[in-house]
Amino acid sequence: MTTTATAPVSPARPRDEPPYGGAVSKPPRQTGRHLMLATIALLWLLPLLWAVYTSLRPYADTSKHGYLSWPRGISLQNYTDAWNQSGMPHFFWNSVLITVPSVLGTLLFSAAVAFFVSRFDFRWNIALLMLFTAGNLLPAQVLITPLYRLYLLVPLPAWMSDSLLLYNSTWGIIAIHIAYQCGFCTFVLSNYMKTIPGEISEAALVDGAQVWRQFFQIILPLCRPAFAALATLESIWIYNDFFWPLALIETGDKRPITSALANLQGQYFTNPNLIAAGALMTAVPTLLVYFALQRQFISGLTIGSGKG
Amino acid sequence: MPSASPTAPPAPAPQAPATGASRRRPRRLGPGDRLFLAVVIGVPLLALLVFVWLPALASMGLSFTSWDGIYLSDIHWVGLDNYHQILTNYPPFWPAVRHNVIWLLFTALLPTPFGIFLAYQLDRKLRFTRVYQTAIFLPMVLSLAVVGLIWEIIYNPDTGLLDGILNAAAPGHHVDWLGDPDLNLWAVLVASAWRHTGYIMILYLAGLKGVDPALKEAAALDGANGRQTFLKVVFPALKPVNVIILVVTVMESLRAFDVVYVLGGGVGSKPGMELLSLLITDNIIGESSHIGYGSALAVVLLLVSLAAIGTFLVQNFRKEDR
Repeated sequence: MTTTATAPVSPARPRDEPPYGGAVSKPPRQTGRHLMLATIALLWLLPLLWAVYTSLRPYADTSKHGYLSWPRGISLQNYTDAWNQSGMPHFFWNSVLITVPSVLGTLLFSAAVAFFVSRFDFRWNIALLMLFTAGNLLPAQVLITPLYRLYLLVPLPAWMSDSLLLYNSTWGIIAIHIAYQCGFCTFVLSNYMKTIPGEISEAALVDGAQVWRQFFQIILPLCRPAFAALATLESIWIYNDFFWPLALIETGDKRPITSALANLQGQYFTNPNLIAAGALMTAVPTLLVYFALQRQFISGLTIGSGKG
Repeated sequence: MPSASPTAPPAPAPQAPATGASRRRPRRLGPGDRLFLAVVIGVPLLALLVFVWLPALASMGLSFTSWDGIYLSDIHWVGLDNYHQILTNYPPFWPAVRHNVIWLLFTALLPTPFGIFLAYQLDRKLRFTRVYQTAIFLPMVLSLAVVGLIWEIIYNPDTGLLDGILNAAAPGHHVDWLGDPDLNLWAVLVASAWRHTGYIMILYLAGLKGVDPALKEAAALDGANGRQTFLKVVFPALKPVNVIILVVTVMESLRAFDVVYVLGGGVGSKPGMELLSLLITDNIIGESSHIGYGSALAVVLLLVSLAAIGTFLVQNFRKEDR
């Protein structure tokens, strides 16, 4: 109502330009602010840069001259050593085997639940949504004791797990990731699906489209931006997860790279240069994803938690 | 094929207006649709119940029992005995509680306000603002295990950066940052704050972007300075975001595990760095499995978490009771 009243007035004024020339639009000098923010940013990068510096120096150099010294030689030797000596390719592959199915499964499950609670008027929708959201907020340690015992009790066929149990198997880790992460994604996706006009579903129903076609051919494609954001975020989270494999996988060679890092630490605790190289290599995939998909990552984080 | 069309049942036509009154009700769904919806909700719900809620409830149940974790038949009901034991006869319990409280207070009083402050500084027309944001947010992308190792390289008494600087400034000084029980918690808190600040900053920046700029302009016209505008106008307008940030801070403090685990050397809790989450894993994975103790500790953690989770749910679902 107010917009129609003010609409005729606005063309009279020159389009929202500041009244007095460029004086207002010119940003004030912010040298002080830049100085402060640059200092903080540099301070924040310092630990990472120190790790990079350490990782590039040969162990002999640092052990002779100390770590706080000018470099006498820079090489990637520590990276090749860490890569070859501690079986990192194998652990990276384990991470892929866990992360990819977990992310896909989480997105599929949470899209299904979000579709159910946001596109239909069922009685228990809010309660269901709360159950899923709250599930993701429980600290993992609250679940771990019974989960550990449960995994020891559930048998799996030999082609799925050579331990013949859910314990010590990649499947077990994927299952808990999907069940646990589903809550967060359901929460985000249901908020997203609520913004899709109900008329779209109405029209589809009138046209005789069955619900499954509505889900796969109408709603899912419309949620693509939310999927992109969540896939980015969840890949990083699941890849970075440390706790589930630590508690639910006993043998070292089945653990993903993030948990296997602890082995590297135990194996080479006297050689920080090698540990730095290993830690940084572990961080490379997440850093690449973050730099390539920064917008998706941040929007995933903020639509989830910053809504309202 | 086209000749089949006249045989289409004309029956639904007169019926449709009668049922049309109930809009968007599941009544119109056919059996195929119902089956699809049942699967769509049933499978994820089953996964959630089996892998998340069943263990959470089982933790509560086991907290009243004594069990060595080997045979299910060995579970004995002991009532509140585990709780009595951890409160009176389990030395690491009270230090762990104290450390969790310190963790929460530290995080709530330093990195959280600092993240908010940075968000406010960055939420304006400013060159390089993306560069600053990227740098400060970067630690959040790293796994906590990697964060732990990066700080290990800084804190290490023999080879670390800090002692290197200390030794250069005052030869002979030697501080065991991660070994000294009076210091190590704070060393770990610094590492955790390094990560937490960027998280809060990004969450708050998103909130600030949603604030109507007219509000700030009005405050500026009334002669409020930057600090007054923030404290009196912007901060109160962001109540929903503030609640989220409070919940995030509490949850992160309760969940704290990975950095402590890695910086503690990967062997469970260490003097000076006991936390409830670490004591729980001590009690189930170590050779002396006290499932009852671990579960009672988990229930303590669960109850505190539920308060935070409840706040979050109330904040988010209050407006939406249809």
